[in-house]
Amino acid sequence: MADPAPNMPDIRIDMTSAGRQLAPSLERRPSPLAQVTDSRWPDQLFRYAMWACAISVLVILALIVYELVLNSRLSWNAFGLSFFSGQDWDPVQDHYGALPFIYGTLVSSLLALVIAVPLAVGTAIFLTEMCPVWLRSPLSFFTELLAAIPSVIYGLWAIFILVPILRNYIQPGLAKWLGWTGLFEGPPFGIGMLAAGVILAIMILPVISSITREVMRVVPSHQREGVLALGATRWEMIRVGVLRNARTGIVGGIILGLGRALGETMAVTMVIGNRPEIAKSLFAPGYSMASVIANEFSEATGDLYLSALVEIGLALFFVTIIVNALARLLVWSVTKGQPARGNV
Amino acid sequence: MGVSIQVKNLNAWFGKKQALFDITMTAAANHCTALIGPSGCGKSTFVRCINRMHETIPDAKATGSVKIGEVDAYNGTSAPQLRRRVGMVFQKPNPFPTMSVYDNVAAGLKLNRFRSNAKQMDEIVERSLKNAALWDEVKDDLKKKSGASLSGGQQQRLCIARALAVEPEVVLMDEPCSALDPISTGKIEDLIFQLKQNYTILIVTHNMQQAARVAEYTGFFLLGKLIEFEKTTKIFTTPSDKRTEDYITGRFG
Repeated sequence: MADPAPNMPDIRIDMTSAGRQLAPSLERRPSPLAQVTDSRWPDQLFRYAMWACAISVLVILALIVYELVLNSRLSWNAFGLSFFSGQDWDPVQDHYGALPFIYGTLVSSLLALVIAVPLAVGTAIFLTEMCPVWLRSPLSFFTELLAAIPSVIYGLWAIFILVPILRNYIQPGLAKWLGWTGLFEGPPFGIGMLAAGVILAIMILPVISSITREVMRVVPSHQREGVLALGATRWEMIRVGVLRNARTGIVGGIILGLGRALGETMAVTMVIGNRPEIAKSLFAPGYSMASVIANEFSEATGDLYLSALVEIGLALFFVTIIVNALARLLVWSVTKGQPARGNV
Repeated sequence: MGVSIQVKNLNAWFGKKQALFDITMTAAANHCTALIGPSGCGKSTFVRCINRMHETIPDAKATGSVKIGEVDAYNGTSAPQLRRRVGMVFQKPNPFPTMSVYDNVAAGLKLNRFRSNAKQMDEIVERSLKNAALWDEVKDDLKKKSGASLSGGQQQRLCIARALAVEPEVVLMDEPCSALDPISTGKIEDLIFQLKQNYTILIVTHNMQQAARVAEYTGFFLLGKLIEFEKTTKIFTTPSDKRTEDYITGRFG
């Protein structure tokens, strides 16, 4: 019991009359700590050290932005804002527009989220609420192992396994049943936006899933019991008692996963098709911001070309910030005025 | 109206450890029955067997028969069906923090796909909050205030309102006042007194004066066994078992 009932004393009257003696160890002695003197400097040192750690993050961030802005000035002077709306990427004519890359990054990441979020949340629900105890640690271990695989391995796996499966089985089916949406038409190459989205989904799944699992695990059991006691089924209990309480944390996990998807380079480069075009169909090849930097930076001749690539880096930086800000705004508007997990 | 709770030969286990031994008792309809006993004696487990919350713990099981009125809790009823008849209030107030006060009270009805228009729902919420003696304190921002923003005593009454909204026949209370101050405790005790008109109440308490104040019948648990079950006045004045007497006079526990 947390707190003995407030009205107890009357009943406990003869508790002390039972002839209890003070234990010898409870006799009063001088405190052994009375002689210890405190010095202020370890505290001060610790404080400054922590300040330095925190500030260094901001300093590094500022340096990155400074460097990006400085080196992209040439391209910014040449194209201005139209750099972000231009669809032309033509090193031969020295004319650069970043829209296809921005589009490719956003669409592949969004696609990854659409695939990964239900899978990751489902995995987390299974692991926290339904999984037999003996299966729990091996399964969560393997889920997290997915995060430890280098992305080039994902890329290779995608080229040799995923792309053929997409080309031969999945894409024809999608074209047949969902072709009318316009999202799944054209020749099924395998390689393209869809492949990039799927491989990204697999890569961000462990991040979202492990964070979701953690936030679901810390939802106190009295919340689950409260819902169950109202006559809820198991699924209703998970929905109302667990997911609802954990939603802020789950969105946090999704944002982290999205951050990884936006910046992911190697695996995407290997399967996205690397063609700077904007196509509605997800079967078509595309290009992403990180991919074009990785592919073309080493062979960028000419100052304007290089500067344009750096400006893409800057754009990627801002896209990441904007997407994060939007996601946070979303969380804030949904949970406005409510504690994230009150009463825990 | 409340119905009686009839328990016959109830045994309960946590894994291999037996927590309840052959409990048989009947809690009378529209009365309050209190369960007392030292910590770990099985009172809470017993209450949780009545609405089958016990079985939600991994490896826990129970045998025997529990009847809520004419309904057999362990035969031919699903646990969710049973729990709609048996409301429960927990030791620690557990309102849903992401829901408003209104939604907290409506939660049970919404969960169980109760079809109603907004007006009906408003009425039920208002009635439940009034029955839980909370209406006057929250009526001004029912839909704005979160359930977690109330004080501890208000939260507990909110939980009572939430349990009452689905119109149960029986209300189980597992040490409902142990986390509350004396004033909130007094309010909940007054409330229990009124609720008896419409519900059967089974309350677990560590506070023997509370048992004496609110309950007509009292059961004394010790080490998983029901030692004595009697009219409250009898158990606190002339208990027939020596162990009961030792406990209520404070010689152990």
